[in-house]
Amino acid sequence: MKSNTLILRTAALAIMPLQLMFSVFLLLRGHDEPGGGFIGGLVAASAFVLYAFSFGVGSTRKLLRVSPKDLLAVGLLFGLASTIPSLLAGEAMLTAMWWQLPLPGEGYLKLSTVLVFDIGVYLAVLGTLMTFVIGLMES
Amino acid sequence: MMLLAVLSGFLLALAVPVLYRLTGRYIGWFLALLPASLTAYFAGLIPAIRDGGSLLIENQWMPGLGVSLDFLVDGLSLVFALLISSIGTFILIYAGSYLKGHRDLARFYVIMLSFMASMLGLVLSDNLIAFFVFWELTSITSYLLIGFNHEDVEARKCALQGLFVTAGGGLVLMAGLILLIFITGSYSFADILSSDVSIHDHGYYTAAAICILIGAFTKSAQVPFHFWLPNAMAAPTPVSAFLHSATMVKAGIYLLARLNSSMGETPLWSHTLMVVGTVTMITGTYLAFSSTGIKKVLAYSTVFALGTLTLMIGVGTELAITAFVCMLVAHSLYKGALFMLAGALDHETGTKDLTKMGGLRRSMPWTSAIACMAVLSLAGIPPLFGFVAKELIFESLLNAPVGGWALTTFALVSSILLVAVACLVFFKPFFGPPQATPRQPHEAPFSMLIGPATLSLFSLFFGLAPFVPEVLLLNPAVTAIFGGDVQTALALWHGVNIPLMLSVVSLLAGSLLFARWQALQPGLAIINTVAGRVGPEAAYFRMMQGITQIAGWQTRLLQNGVLGVYLLTLVLVTFGLTGYTLFSRNGIHLSLDFSDGYFYEFGIALLIVTATVFASITKSRLGSVASMGVLGFGVALIFIHFSAPDLGITQLLVETLTVILLVLVLFKLPPFASFSSPLERCRDLAVAVFAGVVMTLLTLAVLDIRYFDSISRYYIENSYEMAFGKNIVNVILVDFRQLDTLGEIFVLGLAAIGVYAMVKLKAEDQHKP
Repeated sequence: MKSNTLILRTAALAIMPLQLMFSVFLLLRGHDEPGGGFIGGLVAASAFVLYAFSFGVGSTRKLLRVSPKDLLAVGLLFGLASTIPSLLAGEAMLTAMWWQLPLPGEGYLKLSTVLVFDIGVYLAVLGTLMTFVIGLMES
Repeated sequence: MMLLAVLSGFLLALAVPVLYRLTGRYIGWFLALLPASLTAYFAGLIPAIRDGGSLLIENQWMPGLGVSLDFLVDGLSLVFALLISSIGTFILIYAGSYLKGHRDLARFYVIMLSFMASMLGLVLSDNLIAFFVFWELTSITSYLLIGFNHEDVEARKCALQGLFVTAGGGLVLMAGLILLIFITGSYSFADILSSDVSIHDHGYYTAAAICILIGAFTKSAQVPFHFWLPNAMAAPTPVSAFLHSATMVKAGIYLLARLNSSMGETPLWSHTLMVVGTVTMITGTYLAFSSTGIKKVLAYSTVFALGTLTLMIGVGTELAITAFVCMLVAHSLYKGALFMLAGALDHETGTKDLTKMGGLRRSMPWTSAIACMAVLSLAGIPPLFGFVAKELIFESLLNAPVGGWALTTFALVSSILLVAVACLVFFKPFFGPPQATPRQPHEAPFSMLIGPATLSLFSLFFGLAPFVPEVLLLNPAVTAIFGGDVQTALALWHGVNIPLMLSVVSLLAGSLLFARWQALQPGLAIINTVAGRVGPEAAYFRMMQGITQIAGWQTRLLQNGVLGVYLLTLVLVTFGLTGYTLFSRNGIHLSLDFSDGYFYEFGIALLIVTATVFASITKSRLGSVASMGVLGFGVALIFIHFSAPDLGITQLLVETLTVILLVLVLFKLPPFASFSSPLERCRDLAVAVFAGVVMTLLTLAVLDIRYFDSISRYYIENSYEMAFGKNIVNVILVDFRQLDTLGEIFVLGLAAIGVYAMVKLKAEDQHKP
């Protein structure tokens, strides 16, 4: 399935990067403001769906570079990996670990296993939906 | 350190594919460094437990669920850990040669290392749940290893059989362990062993003991579950040598020994063990004597050893437990060696059939020399360690509290048969006239002989100087199993006494029996065929067939392929049960108060209702999908209105993507073939209205009733304090309830794989001509 509408294609080229950036923005700010890995993953998936509708499945696969199944698997691995540091630190599994890295100037960079986990959710959601969509479009 | 020691096998397994590329054909030697260093590490722990004490090494895992990765090191677990890591070292070296150039060698090492780590975890775990997890891991890795030659139907079948028996027993064991946790209120072996609570008098004791016994019996191939073990010989020989003789099958024995001091000493426990052990012992030796494949013979003699070990625990006296520990070590040493030699024979001659081998001592002198030592230990001939064990077995049976003479007689019979089996394994391939084998026999390579040679030398050394292992390890092990201080006195020479007489009798009778082996063989084969028709394995096949039939019947009934019926069943069952509970617990209270509603709330409600009605009456699929989308957006509006932006955004995105997915599916569907009849439509309407009414009543009831205090306050108060996040929804998802979310993304993954399989399989079907 491939659309030949010039308007859709042009619009998709402009919108898609914005959507992807927005999805990362949602992912990162999720801990304090509305957003998070799940929502971010959904937005990213919709970006790729839009692209797939305009340019076809083949080019979407090329754009993704990796198979959506692998995205899903990496997402699950991130999810699991985020549980390991607490185990190594002798805490209960799934205890959140936080690290604050000083940035030049005043700010701090807050890093945490929670963020790793949220990235895992993001990738898993994206991978699942792309598996669905690409599978269905190719069948 | 201990945690790393146990888990290092898993970590190294991850690296195997890369290492294989780097080290090539020396991969076996390279990987063997891990178990070798583990052996050294465990040996270093010996001084800590030499006086019969124990070490408890604590690691958190999931404290909220009572699950920890605590490790209990005492004589018993250390004997097992040392056996696993030391024999594992040689097996890894051996497998490198045995499977040289095999396409899946890297995969083999991945599973093998995982198995080794699981087995170490099993014997060292203090926590019952962790123990069970490792127990199941050994079943699964064993399954993968038996079915290693996965293109062979027979191997797959045998693997599945092993998995069904051991994992089925595992389920029963889990029930038993949970009952044990109920009885003692503790998840820890150390607590259970040291607690004063009388387990025997508890109401659950009988049930717990039976469940645990069944679990242990399936794993350790006791009659009537013994049939999976010889079939497991479909695995490559290194696997048979490691899993199915020296380690995994002893997991059940380990459990029995571990719990003996707290659960034993009742007639139920000790009599069951004695009867099952004796039957297994006799069955094992008889079947070993009547088989012709060298691996089968060894497998059945393993069944004999497992039966003897069970019997010894059942007898349970100080002497019997000492015999148990000696037999355990002796058997692991000689059986590991014999299996590796059998693999060498198979590898160099191309056949496993004993009747097709002969005169190999000329072409394989080293192999036959090492086999000689291992076989002497198997037959229990001085000065090998097997002799020490055998003498102790006879002595303990003669002094057994009940049925001493009967048990001794049975032990004597199986000992006679075992001597014949030992002769069979040694004289048949190495002596007699040379026979033409599929491959020109020549000496096995060094890497295949170092393992058996070392193990056999240990047999010899332990036999000549039994006090060395005794002082270091065996005495603490006996103390740990017996649950009290025990002083053992091992010696090679006890003087002329009844056990020695029995040994001599068994040697003579066994040799005579071996001389008649050729003549007896046809008769035994007939007996085995007849017994095979009514034996436990036949029952297993009947049961599997029954399961398939029942599964087919209920699938045809419940999954008949009509989506409408699935939906009806789901909705009726769900809302029937919910409605019943609601009605019986709460009754029906209708109180609707619309007075504080705003006009736009009514507007949203009207939008939702209109969309629903349109979706159900339209004849266009696209139309109904689109109006379902409108419905979803309406719900999103409600979320946003009641200030739940996260939910609102998620709902919007999910609705959008759902519509897209549905459109993609609809695109492919043919037009409707027929619409449902008016009667069917009335039925569907009735069900739909019923579901809607129940759901509405439930929602209203939720607002009124509160069985528990709300936990929202806790989240609101602690979200920023403890989890450094201001968005409570997200904090709950990724921190407070991370385990749930982790489970959910895995479900998501499963769904994706399911859809992928469905779409792909369908697509492939269409491509077929």
